[in-house]
Amino acid sequence: MTEITSLSLFELIKNIKEKKISSNEIAKSFVDRSEKSKKLNAYVTENFENCLKLSKEFDNKPNFDLKLPGIPIAVKDLFCTNEVRTTAGSNILNNFVPSYESTVTQNIWNEGGILLGKLNCDEFAMGSSNETSFFGNVQNPIAKDLVPGGSSGGSSSALAANLTPVTIGTDTGGSIRQPASFTGTVGLKPTYGSCSRYGIVAFASSLDQAGPMSKDVKDSSILLEVISSFDKKDSTSIDFKRNNYSSELTRNIKGIKIGIPKEYRVDGMPEEIENLWKKGIEYAKDCGAEIIDISLPHTSYALPTYYIVAPAEASSNLARYDGVKYGLRSSGESLIDMYEKTRSEGFGEEVKRRIMIGTYVLSSGYYDAYYLKAQKVRQLIKQDFDQAYNKVDAILTPSTPSSAFKIGEKSNDPVSMYLNDIFTVPVNLAGLPGISIPAGTDKNNYPLGLQIIGKPFDEQTVLNIAYSMEEKINYKNNLTDWWMK
Amino acid sequence: MTIDLKTVKHISKLARISLEEKKAEKLADDMNSIFEFIEKLNELKTENVEPLTSIAETTLRFREDKITSDNIREKILKNSPEKNDDFFVVPKVVE
Repeated sequence: MTEITSLSLFELIKNIKEKKISSNEIAKSFVDRSEKSKKLNAYVTENFENCLKLSKEFDNKPNFDLKLPGIPIAVKDLFCTNEVRTTAGSNILNNFVPSYESTVTQNIWNEGGILLGKLNCDEFAMGSSNETSFFGNVQNPIAKDLVPGGSSGGSSSALAANLTPVTIGTDTGGSIRQPASFTGTVGLKPTYGSCSRYGIVAFASSLDQAGPMSKDVKDSSILLEVISSFDKKDSTSIDFKRNNYSSELTRNIKGIKIGIPKEYRVDGMPEEIENLWKKGIEYAKDCGAEIIDISLPHTSYALPTYYIVAPAEASSNLARYDGVKYGLRSSGESLIDMYEKTRSEGFGEEVKRRIMIGTYVLSSGYYDAYYLKAQKVRQLIKQDFDQAYNKVDAILTPSTPSSAFKIGEKSNDPVSMYLNDIFTVPVNLAGLPGISIPAGTDKNNYPLGLQIIGKPFDEQTVLNIAYSMEEKINYKNNLTDWWMK
Repeated sequence: MTIDLKTVKHISKLARISLEEKKAEKLADDMNSIFEFIEKLNELKTENVEPLTSIAETTLRFREDKITSDNIREKILKNSPEKNDDFFVVPKVVE
């Protein structure tokens, strides 16, 4: 039999239901492989012993009606987990132990999932390479010294390295889809309002959304079904009828109209990305989709808009870290002095940079020129999509403008780092669902992803298109396990 | 438009982040390159556009004003850097 850790979530569930393997055997396999994979630095906090214990308890009293029966799952360390340290990749939360559980993780435990550990991420999810984490760089299992993407970089690394069967990340400007693209895995950002934000360490509240990351599309559909729910504890959670995403998953997408936005052909885009996109269009046609050229005229304004809206919201969300009720405290002579030293020592450079930008654009005299202006342009970006969806059911684009880069390559130039999210950010600004699926490799054999963007609340169509194309693309990571040697 | 050192220091006061002189200079450079990139938005005319404040077109829900959590005072206090009985302790604020 294939190694347990390389099985998909779907196969694990099947095996466990048929009593071919126990929850404890599965947990042991993932714990064992994770123990041998410390070089990747994917975990911030391990929950291995507890996971093994809970898996035994599951085996003693199994419930096979659950959607994730006895399945160990590691999650991004941005989700608050009751009695398990939650750091958001920051020194300021280094010792924070929540007394409550995020709704999304609670949904997973309710369906039989077991916490395997908390995964590294960029500090407060601000970054595209996992290099801003207080807990250090994460290695991409694809090749040594390659970034795993970010901000859900520990998640993408652990998933691609088979340290967890599936995982969850959060996506504010591309933080699920970009790391998925960099590691040859699948990552889905659902429609804004699908998955509760309750208990997720806040970054930019009008953009943040949790979503599944997995080895294939079917696994994402299973996990989405579990985590998507209406939640009264989140004031922007939306009460809509959710599909049974996994049982309604189909490869019949004949006649579906897929739009190709000409504005995503950006200056300086490598030829291999252009070629990948062309190949993707052919695959979509092979699946029976109809391809239609569309225009999203305000695309080039999305990143500048994002770099006003997201820092503005972050500066106000992160005002809560003041060294009083929880988290790090530095000593100061007065209350104000204590605040200033705590925040200076507790936050890393990128987080400080974004708080400063956000404070500036919200400050007296600049609000109209920057923040209000950005909200207006955000409206135009959303209208672009509204109009496109009069003609098409979904949109196909590359996920990122390049493949994974080397650790340290872009960390000194914030703007070039921000450009990573050029294709993913518009989707967050418009609140739409988007998925990245692996679609090929570049000249170095590093994975490249394609993104499918859907209409609001139409995750099913996005998943169906991805599921059909995945079969034609037939991509598989070629793992050498270099980090174990 | 350029952001000078004086502005950076003023913003860091507003953001309650203490800043060393050397770091302030680097931050001013970074902010200037980011704002240069942001200025692109000025190409667009937006006088007649409604700002988009929330993507979820919902009105805020009401709920009954009652306590839903158990007594979690102990748990909450456990995370505080400094406490005294049931209180969070901060540096002296009154002379």
